[in-house]
Amino acid sequence: MLSAKNLRKAFGQLQAVSDVSLEAAKGEVLGLLGPNGAGKTTTIGMLAGLVPPDAGEVRIAGEPIVGDTSELKRKLGLVPQELALFEELTATANLDLFGALYGLSGAALARERARVFELVGLADRAKDRAGTFSGGMKRRLNLAAALMHDPDVILLDEPTVGVDPQSRNAIFDNLESLKAAGKTLLYTTHYMEEAARLCDRIAIMDHGKVIAYDDLSGLLKLAPVSRVVVVELADFHRVDAVLGLAGVREAELTGNQLRLGIERVEDIPGLLTWLLSQGAAIDHVHTERPTLETVFLHLTGRSLRDA
Amino acid sequence: MTAFWALVIKDLRLFFGDRRAVIMSFIAPILIGSFFGYVFGGGPKKEQSKVKVLVVDQDRSATTKELMGSLEKENGIEAATAELAEAREAVRKGRAPVAIVLPKGFGESASRALFMPGAKPEITVMYDPSHTVESSMVRGMLTGQIMQTVSKGAFSGETGKRTVSEALRSLEGSTMDAGEKSTLQGLLKSVEKYNALPPASSGGGGFSIPFAMKDEPLTARAGVLYNAYAHSFGGMAIQFMLFMGIDVGIGMLLLRQRGLWRRFRAAPLSKTVLLGSRACSATLIGMMILSVVFTFARVAFDVRIEGSLLGFVGVCAAFSLMTAAYGMLIAAIGRTPEAARGLAILATLLMVMLSGAWVPSFLFPQWMQPVTKAIPARWAMDGIDAMTWRGSGGEEAVMPILVLLSGALVFGVVAVWRFRWEAE
Repeated sequence: MLSAKNLRKAFGQLQAVSDVSLEAAKGEVLGLLGPNGAGKTTTIGMLAGLVPPDAGEVRIAGEPIVGDTSELKRKLGLVPQELALFEELTATANLDLFGALYGLSGAALARERARVFELVGLADRAKDRAGTFSGGMKRRLNLAAALMHDPDVILLDEPTVGVDPQSRNAIFDNLESLKAAGKTLLYTTHYMEEAARLCDRIAIMDHGKVIAYDDLSGLLKLAPVSRVVVVELADFHRVDAVLGLAGVREAELTGNQLRLGIERVEDIPGLLTWLLSQGAAIDHVHTERPTLETVFLHLTGRSLRDA
Repeated sequence: MTAFWALVIKDLRLFFGDRRAVIMSFIAPILIGSFFGYVFGGGPKKEQSKVKVLVVDQDRSATTKELMGSLEKENGIEAATAELAEAREAVRKGRAPVAIVLPKGFGESASRALFMPGAKPEITVMYDPSHTVESSMVRGMLTGQIMQTVSKGAFSGETGKRTVSEALRSLEGSTMDAGEKSTLQGLLKSVEKYNALPPASSGGGGFSIPFAMKDEPLTARAGVLYNAYAHSFGGMAIQFMLFMGIDVGIGMLLLRQRGLWRRFRAAPLSKTVLLGSRACSATLIGMMILSVVFTFARVAFDVRIEGSLLGFVGVCAAFSLMTAAYGMLIAAIGRTPEAARGLAILATLLMVMLSGAWVPSFLFPQWMQPVTKAIPARWAMDGIDAMTWRGSGGEEAVMPILVLLSGALVFGVVAVWRFRWEAE
C-alpha cells in the first residue's frame, strides 16, 4: 500500500535523510523509531508529498504522487506532530474545514464528521472551541481531522507527544481500531514502548538513516544480550571488574543500580555470589528482557532518550 | 470549489471571531478618522475657518482703532486685542498662532511716511514657528488693511491734515530739483484742498484695494461644501486596511508554525486554491472595512459619494485586492511571524505616510511629490478623494484603479515567486 525507495533529502549542508526505503502493506502498522532529529518528520514529509525528495520514489497503492492535486493524496491522511488545529474555531468547524479540503460537503460531510467524532470520543464536545480542549483532547481532534476523508494510509508524526497516559491509551485504542479496519499506519515515535505495542514492523532511524528494519522479535535478536540483570546494591564501584566475568557483555552503574547484560540466565547465581564476595550489599535483584532501547544502545552507542 | 470556499469561510470566521482584529479594522479607523476630520475642518461649513490674531494696540490712535475695526471684519481672521505680555505668552504657549504689535505713534508715523522720507514705524509680528503658513497669511491681510486705513487717514482725518501741512513746510527748505518740488507741492496742496472739503461731499478718501475678492471653494458642484471627514475617513480606512494586510501575511506564516500548512499541503489542493482563497477572503474583508467605515461617515458626518459610485466601488475593490496581495508578499518574504511583523509595520507606515493619508501630499517637499506616485496607496487616496468630496466622474477613477491593480499584480507575482511552498 505504501512504499518508499532510496529516499534522500538534504537541507543545505545537512543530510536529513539518506537512502531510506520502507514498505507497509494494507492493515499493517509500520513504526519509525528514532530520537529527535533522526529524520522521521522529513521522511513523513516526503511520504505525504509535502517535501520533494532529492532522490528516490514514493508510491501509494503502486502509484507515484504527481502534482499538488494528485488524486492519490485522497488516500493519505496526515497527523502532524504539531496540534494543527484552528483553536479559535469549534471542533465541528475544524473537522468540516478539513473534510472540505478533500471535497466533502453536505450529507457526506456530516456523516464523516459524526463517524470520526464517535471514533475519537469527542462527540459531546463538538460545539466547543478547540482552544478550550485539554492537551489530550486536542491530540484526539488532531487525529480526527486527518480521518475525515477516510484515508487508506495514515501517517502519524509523533501523535502522542505531551499527552497524559489516559489520553495516550485512548489514542492507541483509536489506532488499533483503524488497524482492525484495514488501514495502513505509519507511526513515528521516540517512545520505544509505543513502537513495541503498536507496530508490526519497526524501522529504527538515526542521523537520517534506517539502521535496523524488522519486526519486534527480529529487532530484539540484534541485542547482544539475552537478559538484563538489574541489581540494586551499595558499597560497590568495580564496574570494570564485572566486565571481565564470563558471560557479562555490558555493565553500567548508575547511582546504586547496576545493570548487567548477560548471555545466559544460568550465569546469574554466579554473578550474585561474586558481587557478595566483593563486599557489595545487595538490596534488590530483578531481570528484564532486552528492549528496543537496548537494541538502539547497541547499534548507536547512545541511549534512545539521550540521543 | 468546495475547498476554496471552505478556506474563505474559515478566514472570515477567524477574522470576525478575533475581537482585536475587528476593533483594529473597523473601530480604530472610525475613531481616528473622526478625530482627524474634526481637526482638519470637520463637516460641511459655509464659513471658512479663521486664524486667531491678537492685536497689541500701543498707539490707541484713531488710525489703529479703525485698523482694528477693519481686521475684525476680515473673513479669514479672528482679531482680538491684548496686552503685550499676554499676547507674547499666548503665542509662546500655542494658544494663538500670530500676534501683532502696533507701536506708540504708529498712526501718525505711518501717515507721515506716506509723503516723507525717513524712518517708518515698525510693526512686530510675533508668531508660532509651527504656524508659518498662518503667519504669512496674516502679513498679507495686515498690509492691505494698513494701506487702506492709513491712506484714508492721510486724505481725510486730522492726522492727515497735519502731516500734509508738515510735508509742505519741509518741502520749502528742500534741496530737491525745482521742477520735481513744484510738482510735489501741487500734489500736496491738492490733497490739502481735498481734506478741507466737508466730509459729506468727500465721502472719505484714501487708497483702497482696487478689487474685491469672492471665495469659491471648488468641490463636487456648486452648493456642495468641503467635508474634511471624507479625506480623513479615506486615509484611516487605507491605513487600517494595510494593517489588515499585515495580519493576513503574519497569519499565513503562523499556519506554518502551527503545522496547519502541512495539513493544507497534504490535501489535494492547488497553489491557486491555497493562495487564491486567502486573497479572496482578504479582499472581501477589505471591502467590508471600507463599506462600514464610509457608511458610518455618511450617517455620522454626512460624507457622500459625490462622484461616481461605480468609480468608488472600483477604487475600493482594487485597493482591497492590492492589500490582499500585499499580505501575500509579507507571507512570502517573511521567514517567521516575529521577524516579519516589525519590518511589515515599518513598510506599511511609510506607505501610509507617503500616500497622504495622514497629511495631504501637497505638503511634502517638491522632490518627494513624484516619489509618492510610486506608492499604490497614494492612488487609493487620490481615487477616494476624487470619488467622494471632489465629485469626479468615473473616468477619474480609471487611473487609480489601473495603478492599484498593477500594484496587486506586482505584489502577487513576487509573492508567488518567493513563496515557500514546501512544508519543511
